[in-house]
Amino acid sequence: MAPVTYLEAIRQGIWEEMERDSSVFVLGEDVGIYGGAFKVTEGMIERFGDDRVIDTPISESAIVGAAIGAALMGMRPIAEMQFADFISCAFDQITNFAAKCRYRWGAGVPLVIRGPSGGGVHGGPFHSQNPEMHYVHTPGLKVVAPSTAFDAKGLIKAAIRDEDPVVYFEHKFLYRRIKEELPEGDWIVPLGKADVKRSGKDISVITYGAMVHLALEAAATLANDGIDLEVVDLRTLMPLDKERILDSVKKTNKVILLHEDVRTGGIAGELAAIIAEEAFEYLDGPILRITAPDTPVPYSPPLEEFFLPKTSDIIRVARQLVAY
Amino acid sequence: MELTPKTLLDMLYYMKLTREIETRIERKLYRQGKIVGGVYVGRGQEAIAVGSCIQLEKDDCICPSHRDMGAFLIRGITPREILAQYMGRKTGLSQGKEANMHMGDMQRNVVAFVSMLADTIPVAAGIGMTYKMRKQRNVVLCYFGDGATSRGDWHEGLNLASVQKAPVIYICNNNLYAYSTPVEKQMAVKDISIRAQAYGMPGVTIDGNDVAVVFKATQEAIQFARNGGGPSLIECKTFRMTGHSAHDDVKYVPKELFAEWEKKDPILRLESSLLRNKTVSEDEVKRLAARITREVDEAVSLAENDPFPEPSETLQGVYSDQTAEAPLTFANRFFHR
Repeated sequence: MAPVTYLEAIRQGIWEEMERDSSVFVLGEDVGIYGGAFKVTEGMIERFGDDRVIDTPISESAIVGAAIGAALMGMRPIAEMQFADFISCAFDQITNFAAKCRYRWGAGVPLVIRGPSGGGVHGGPFHSQNPEMHYVHTPGLKVVAPSTAFDAKGLIKAAIRDEDPVVYFEHKFLYRRIKEELPEGDWIVPLGKADVKRSGKDISVITYGAMVHLALEAAATLANDGIDLEVVDLRTLMPLDKERILDSVKKTNKVILLHEDVRTGGIAGELAAIIAEEAFEYLDGPILRITAPDTPVPYSPPLEEFFLPKTSDIIRVARQLVAY
Repeated sequence: MELTPKTLLDMLYYMKLTREIETRIERKLYRQGKIVGGVYVGRGQEAIAVGSCIQLEKDDCICPSHRDMGAFLIRGITPREILAQYMGRKTGLSQGKEANMHMGDMQRNVVAFVSMLADTIPVAAGIGMTYKMRKQRNVVLCYFGDGATSRGDWHEGLNLASVQKAPVIYICNNNLYAYSTPVEKQMAVKDISIRAQAYGMPGVTIDGNDVAVVFKATQEAIQFARNGGGPSLIECKTFRMTGHSAHDDVKYVPKELFAEWEKKDPILRLESSLLRNKTVSEDEVKRLAARITREVDEAVSLAENDPFPEPSETLQGVYSDQTAEAPLTFANRFFHR
């Protein structure tokens, strides 16, 4: 089998689910003939027709609203946000309607809202954001952020099959930069399960999305110095796999929380609270965060480089922490 | 469905039943403290929900607003379920999770309203798109007030529905006030229906206090939608014969306006026309009123005796596959190990 990119893995996952279940359909801006701004839905309209691959007006709120209506009727819509930044336009439909239907009146809304998030491609303030925490903070939603092609495919399939609304953040920096061979057949990666991407004994680096790859790079460098990082990939931010997180911290006793999202209100704060509360007696050092600063994502290359966490940041902080 | 004497009598029943339940809720149970929180009724607007919803088929769907109790009743939501919902009981459609008319049931194709006005406009479009995808000849009735037409979702939703030719009938109860704001401070157009032109769909303005007129306008729009014509907008001019909510003293509405619209009361109009042309007798009207009082008495008493939910049910139903963690779970475990 030829290696498959992260982007192609998502496309395959959606495609396979559309083949398997006729209630699955795609709607969004330019998803039809054009195949989506990043080509995630390329070829789908030819295969599945314009009934199931629906080009919409530039109306994110109506896209999600219509997806909710279809999901209430038992369909399994996949709504594409052309950039995850634009999801803010649908915030009300997602957080007040989709998220609360089951709780308010027992109505399941099995829909997926997906789109490219993240920086590193000089997209500037409106094509680079990491808006995941708005949705993590809303009970009723599940939030996914895969870091590998394998996870991306397995998680999109699990998200489509899930009975609850899932917000699925792809990382656009990874779209065509990583690839791997994927197993054949029908398999999923269950929601709510973190994955230890590298086992180690000295420090747990807990992270997700594109930052997983920085953590792995840092771990490779530090291994030469005899520092052994464990890299825990959350994969799903809601629900959080507390057990896997705490197991790792209890093993290494030191922890770095890493994310590309801005610092204040990022998932690192929540993780730090969980670890402080539930693994306090296991800690041999301060819980440290490596995150973007509390600013919008800037455009100019030197500014964006400054904004994004770097492998060298992880290496420096890990050396200090291991010596503590 | 034809506008037969039987249909007219059914509509009279549902309008009067709505009025009676809402009067109990707003003027009795709320004042007695048996209903807490917000109470929003559609007094004076009953013809709109009833005249439209009465003609739906089983697999059609409604997205009602908070002033459309008649539509709930016609879809088979019982007075007891409505009252239990209002009283926060376990037997309400939301099992105590939600208030007032914020309830739904997909078994009966009723979508629950949310407070963010116009959110159901695109949702209705999605339901209509589903009927189209499934090649079903069903329709959605989506209800809202004049206030909702100022929100972006209203415009996005109408546009998407029209582009997709979704079989949705958008029904506006233009009751001349959004809370305290008169319609002329909400919009510069005289009729809301004119906005239909902007989205390429038929739009009409009708007398919302004449149930026969509502029936006929909706009938036409339903036929148009079932035949693949797409959505329509029906603006029903009406008046809210009460405050925005039960706590609203409604001082901002001139008394003359109430007096003027009192004369146009949709229930009185239907009843007197049925009496005039001898479809019903005075005696039958009295018997109908007595039946409704009895039904509502019984529903109130049943709902009042229904149980409240258990406090810990707060944690249930957020997700399909997990219960939320109680706030002190870890602290309790930590200090009691």
